[in-house]
Amino acid sequence: MSCHLAEGNILHDTLMYRVVYDFVCPVLPAWLSYLVAGLAIMIILVNMVLLGAAVFVWAERRLLGRFHNRIGPNRWGPFGLLQPIADLIKLLTKEDLTPANADRITFFAVPIVMVMPVILVLAVVPFAKDTALANLNVGVLYILAVTSLTSVAIFMAGWSSNNRYAMFGAIRGVAVLISYEVPVVLCLLGVVMVAGSMSLSGIVAAQTVPFLLVQPLALFVFLAGTSAELNRTPFDVAEAESELVAGFHIEYSGVKFALIQTAEIGGVLTACAVTATLFLGGWSGPAASYLGWLWFGIKVAIIAFIFVWVRATFPRLRIDQLMALAWKFLLPLSMINLLATTLEVYFLRSDQGVLSTNDLWIMSGINLVVAVTSIALFGILIRDKVRPSKPTIPAGAVAPAALGEVS
Amino acid sequence: MPIRTEPMTINLGPQHPSTHGVFRLRVTFDGEEILEVEPIFGYLHRGTEKLAEERNYVQIVTLTDRLDYVSSMINNQAYCIGVEKLLGVEVPLRGQYLRTITAELQRIASHLMGIGFFMQDLGTLGTPLMYCFRTRERILDLFEMLCGARVTVSYMRPGGVFADAPEDFWPALARFMEDWETEFGEIEQLILENEIVLMRCRGVSPLPLETAINCSVSGPVLRASGLAWDWRKMDPYDAYDKVEFDVPTATNGDNYDRFWVRIQEIHQSARIIRQCVEQIEPGEVRLKLPLVLRAEPGAEAYGRVEASKGELAFYLVSDGGISPYRCKIRSPSQINLTVTEHLLVGWKLADMIVTLGSLDINMGEVDR
Amino acid sequence: MTVKAMAGQELAERLSQAVQESVERWDTTTVWIDPPRINDVARFLREDPSLDFQFLNSISAVDYIEYFELVYHLTSFERQHTAVVKSRVYGRESLSVPSVYDVWRGADFQEREVWDLMGIHFEGHPNMKRIVLWEGFDGHPLRKDYL
Repeated sequence: MSCHLAEGNILHDTLMYRVVYDFVCPVLPAWLSYLVAGLAIMIILVNMVLLGAAVFVWAERRLLGRFHNRIGPNRWGPFGLLQPIADLIKLLTKEDLTPANADRITFFAVPIVMVMPVILVLAVVPFAKDTALANLNVGVLYILAVTSLTSVAIFMAGWSSNNRYAMFGAIRGVAVLISYEVPVVLCLLGVVMVAGSMSLSGIVAAQTVPFLLVQPLALFVFLAGTSAELNRTPFDVAEAESELVAGFHIEYSGVKFALIQTAEIGGVLTACAVTATLFLGGWSGPAASYLGWLWFGIKVAIIAFIFVWVRATFPRLRIDQLMALAWKFLLPLSMINLLATTLEVYFLRSDQGVLSTNDLWIMSGINLVVAVTSIALFGILIRDKVRPSKPTIPAGAVAPAALGEVS
Repeated sequence: MPIRTEPMTINLGPQHPSTHGVFRLRVTFDGEEILEVEPIFGYLHRGTEKLAEERNYVQIVTLTDRLDYVSSMINNQAYCIGVEKLLGVEVPLRGQYLRTITAELQRIASHLMGIGFFMQDLGTLGTPLMYCFRTRERILDLFEMLCGARVTVSYMRPGGVFADAPEDFWPALARFMEDWETEFGEIEQLILENEIVLMRCRGVSPLPLETAINCSVSGPVLRASGLAWDWRKMDPYDAYDKVEFDVPTATNGDNYDRFWVRIQEIHQSARIIRQCVEQIEPGEVRLKLPLVLRAEPGAEAYGRVEASKGELAFYLVSDGGISPYRCKIRSPSQINLTVTEHLLVGWKLADMIVTLGSLDINMGEVDR
Repeated sequence: MTVKAMAGQELAERLSQAVQESVERWDTTTVWIDPPRINDVARFLREDPSLDFQFLNSISAVDYIEYFELVYHLTSFERQHTAVVKSRVYGRESLSVPSVYDVWRGADFQEREVWDLMGIHFEGHPNMKRIVLWEGFDGHPLRKDYL
């Protein structure tokens, strides 16, 4: 009996799965080995999300502290590294409240529905060479499909909480998520077109030139769109601390709140991982076969830092301005990107339909110019659209003429 | 075509992160748009006016600290001016200058709080607020040198100030005046020309001047609507007639203007402090008055100052006893709230929060 | 260039010409007017171009046991002068005077506060309810006979 995963098996490409399978299959029947390997990987994945979220919480709080001119949590553990654990213990020991007239089943389901897509997305992200848990050939499509579950979760939270603030937050959240899905999908089409593949491993392999340079406009739209989908300032209208207190998760406490928080922070990490894979070349870098995980980690950290930086800097947009930004600014930009990329791919590709490294460099040159001009152009155009026109003050009472010396 | 939805009534507050205390607004929304709004307050009512009738004139100073607890110096000043008018006495020159300096420092601190929380209401994650607090903290340190207290100072007394400034106060003040510009410059750079701030504030909730005057609005809110009226100029008290300063005004009266006027006033306050530090001379800081003051029976006085929020006045009536017969407080925050309905109806939820922030109310003063 | 306090006599002469039998008495700084005519006097004070009291600083009420005194502090921005107008309301129970809400919107909260704490009802105010105390509170705490 062969104790190795067959070459043709769809799971053979996945290094982690193969190793676990090969380890357990001498003692277990084949079907059980499949199951054990799958479960082992799931445990690794879930814990990675949780641990990643913990580290990110710590990093974000420390960084925000620096941005705010203060120190941030530094008491519990070295550099305050154990702070997230203390937070978690606090949340776990808190009373788990359910509002009186809440729709209990939906209310209970929300944290699970929120966490699920985050973990599911990570299944297709390659952390290093051959380590994607499932090397799907429709990876990008899968990511888009799975992440759109979040809007359902947000609406479930708003509806089931029986709270008007939550309802407000949910309405806003769903509107934002649906609107921003469109430019994000369109800008990812450009990436897929250049890579010639929807599989994330394929996209990483295709990045002989990082798509950061080849698709700058797509990166811009993607970052803006994902930070809107993740409810982070300047797009955090669904939570809007100063307006809606906490938005859709206002009624959640204890473990459920901890899960929602994990989902949000895990969502940021996932978005960073996907961005790093799609635009920064994922695990590729010097000595990628051995150090791929390191390069991947560094790239994720850089993008996570950008997210924190933006969060610390900007005020929030109003909901109508946010919608205007999606439909009048980001959507045209992603269309321009799509058009430019389509033309470039059509004229530059070889007979086999492959783009060489030289072609990518040419494309990056053209696309940089396109990106800068179109962002500037639309920036000027949208400025008057989203800014309300100046109201006129009715004539009549004015400053007393005697007050001459005032400026 | 506008889509109408079923109106939804929300109680914003009294427990809400951006109502600046325990303020409650009962708002009816049509989607995001505001149809009706009713301000409800009184959750912080402590009966200051009734308490004042039971205490003697000096004791009341401590009550005034608790009115607008972010500008207690100016409250002290307003009350003391009221009592001095009642008694018909004049403060020694050094006392006047010390009062002016501390009041202007307090105005800077109060406006910094206003700007910081305004930015917080706009949705920043505390960065501008912390920058503002950094500067305010140094002002509170200066107050601590003067009187040992940072927030509820009770530094002024009828007839002057509690004590002369210690020796090391003046170098500390000079250091603060040096560093202040760069620190505040950072805040200004961060927020004044920020595109999102402009988008969110410009043209939002404009207050026409006629409405502002009719609703008895005062202070920066009135000046943002275009009237250059400042009691420091129009009815000078303490050392304000001996210094030069401008009254910044704006024209539109929208959220951006209100916030801009506060920033400009901070610069003017610094100008006043510099002149006062140059002009101040040694001398008495406090008039020798009996510990328990008594005013003429039937005497009354309207002590009025330009506080950081607007016209703050104490209407004092005496019956010859050791405590005022009546002590009415004209609180600018409360009266500025008269325009809430005018400002908010027709705008969106997010604008409502920002507009409330731009009015810069303080619940300690609204409810008294 | 500072504000002047308007002399009581001058104001009293103007007022007694404009509104019949409105002035009860005057002294150097103050004019006392007949309570039922508060609204007419207020409108005249605001609309007369030479008086032009556009701005209502404050409304105070003082309890003198046998009567209540309402004190209106007024300012004109254009003319740069101030004035004090008072009105005496006799009695303790079910007191009522006309509101100046329709003249100065700024009277809104202040009249409500006077009603809440002193118990003087203002007729014509559209929203005459308690302001800092809760509905159903017993008594008016700023009155001298309250506690």
